[in-house]
Amino acid sequence: MDLLEYQGKQLFARHGLRVSQGRAVANVEDAVTAAQEVGYPVVIKAQVLIGGRGKAGGVKLAADEGEAREHAGNILGMDIHGHTVRKLWVEHASDIATEYYASVLLDRSAKKPLIMFSVEGGVDIEEVAERTPEKLVRRHVDPLEGLSRQEAVEIASSGGADADVIDGVADALLALYEVWLQEDATLAEINPLIVTPAREVKALDAKVSLDDNALYRHPESQALSDSENEDPIERRAKEQGVQYVKLDGDIGILGNGAGLVMSTLDVVARAGGSPANFLDAGGGSDAEKIKQAVELILENDAVKAVLFNIFGGITRCDEVARGLIAAFAEIGVGGKSGAGGIPFVVRLDGTNDVEGRRLLAEAELPNVYPAQTMNEAAEKVVALAAGQRAGAAA
Amino acid sequence: MSVLVDERTRLAVAGITGREGSFHTLNNRSYGTNVVGGVTPGKGGQDVEGIPVFDSWEQAMAAAQPNTAMIFVPPRFAADSILEAAAAGVELVIAITEGIPAHDELRVYNSLLRERAGGRSVRLIGPNCPGILSPGKANVGIIPASFFKEGNVGVVSRSGTLTYQIGNEIARAGFGCSTIVGIGGDPVPGSSFVDVLELFEEDDQTELVVLSGEIGGSAEEEAAEYIAGHMSKPVVAYIAGFTAPAGKQMGHAGAIVSGSTGTAAAKAQALEAKGVRVGRTPTETAEIAVEVLGGASVPAS
Repeated sequence: MDLLEYQGKQLFARHGLRVSQGRAVANVEDAVTAAQEVGYPVVIKAQVLIGGRGKAGGVKLAADEGEAREHAGNILGMDIHGHTVRKLWVEHASDIATEYYASVLLDRSAKKPLIMFSVEGGVDIEEVAERTPEKLVRRHVDPLEGLSRQEAVEIASSGGADADVIDGVADALLALYEVWLQEDATLAEINPLIVTPAREVKALDAKVSLDDNALYRHPESQALSDSENEDPIERRAKEQGVQYVKLDGDIGILGNGAGLVMSTLDVVARAGGSPANFLDAGGGSDAEKIKQAVELILENDAVKAVLFNIFGGITRCDEVARGLIAAFAEIGVGGKSGAGGIPFVVRLDGTNDVEGRRLLAEAELPNVYPAQTMNEAAEKVVALAAGQRAGAAA
Repeated sequence: MSVLVDERTRLAVAGITGREGSFHTLNNRSYGTNVVGGVTPGKGGQDVEGIPVFDSWEQAMAAAQPNTAMIFVPPRFAADSILEAAAAGVELVIAITEGIPAHDELRVYNSLLRERAGGRSVRLIGPNCPGILSPGKANVGIIPASFFKEGNVGVVSRSGTLTYQIGNEIARAGFGCSTIVGIGGDPVPGSSFVDVLELFEEDDQTELVVLSGEIGGSAEEEAAEYIAGHMSKPVVAYIAGFTAPAGKQMGHAGAIVSGSTGTAAAKAQALEAKGVRVGRTPTETAEIAVEVLGGASVPAS
């Protein structure tokens, strides 16, 4: 789960990292009130889960109420690279002497936490890593030992932090490591980590990703999930325990097993189609779960045709067939989003496949087309989706 | 031969008294795997269809001498169960459990690393994996054995069903497998592609390896380097997730493109740059494997 800046800053503050005082607001009036509370000048920042806010006009300085009102009004509702701004973070503007960079992340290759620090802050760190790798200090930490103060000081000084703030930077690194560790983060990044003219070290931004698998031990973080910014179908899927990712195309996909579903998306794309979603019904799905999954897929109005690609291991093909038959019976045939109006291509292979195919054949569902192989199924569904598009255009 | 599991396997199962745990343990036993015990704290002294249950791994070790552990306990107990099995002296731990926190996996990985540095022989496969099958010898986990027969193809994969898909196509062309190893879809797997490739390279039954990867991390890139430097046997690869959008977790906790790293295109390119042929669909991957093996030797069934 990725956190918005203000949510990340709340975690930072909890673990002793210095951040500016601020308020998260959702409308112009609250923004103006917040600005008065934290004191002008203020910075008004769009809260979206995407980089490049500043360049897109989503971060503005306001010296007085008039400016605060104007900027808040402009930024709220703004589209930043496909993300609609629904929340603002209003904080007291900081004086900046220097901008650094600091992060702690899970290095999947080394299988250890990795601390990165650079005095080249406030810019794209991937560019720093590429152009001037000597300016980016990278240190792995033994997770069984943790980060020591001595290591933190070494990182700050070998990274070239100003001599008078080495202790302050080391404190920030230690606190950031605590955020990463205690909150079960996979990434905790500060860019920029600023030094003020008064030589205070402070986090001006926050980028934090939490491990979904660890949310059970962080009930307070579970509540942070920003449901307004989440796709409604993805949210419903999560509640039902189904792995669903919305995509841009018009072919609904259902399969069992994450790898097989990813592969199905690729095969459909190669056949010239465009998948509308990723949906992994998981191992051992029964008819009820399959029926719910069909409902989820059809909630997306863009869907023109659906592909079932099942290779039964624990999942039994006869249960999948029963689920599809139940979906047709309960959703109704021929309605606006009724399963009957949308063609389904069904490929069943593996455990109880003969029985599953027999059940489907006997049910004589309208608009359901069996396919023998994954490639054949992909080609069929792409052709059917094209036919639906042509029909809709006519 | 084969790798990791075979007739010498003595399996004990953590979580044997659970619904899933008992179902798959008994399946493994019907396949011929030697199941010597189970571990469920508080249920020591009971049995599951004749398989003795112990309160701890230490007791299981003392009474039944398992050399292989299968972990079927819920995510919040899994890390401790893995470490307990390892501490009791089990050499191979296979963790099926999905949903273990990444920080727990880091702790487990680095603890086992320390054990090995101290001279202990201990290996973890998984978590979030379907297990290991050596057709005709032993099955540990949830891989449907009926799709595979004994042969000379080694399979190593981050995904379960995708493995069945590719393995089944190879089987239909008349070829069998030495061992199928699911290393799992999590960000910090106990064993990587490289660890398993090393075993297949040394295994006399294995003549070709199929590697099935997916988006996220850099395990496929590391495998490409290893293959170029150390493998004499042919490797055929498949990568899933070419159409996956960046920043979205695709089912597996580890299947995520972060920024520009971990893309399917970069992985396929890294493998191809080292001379590994990469199929663009599961079917094409199986066809390449069959072609390298010299075509269908037995009529497809």
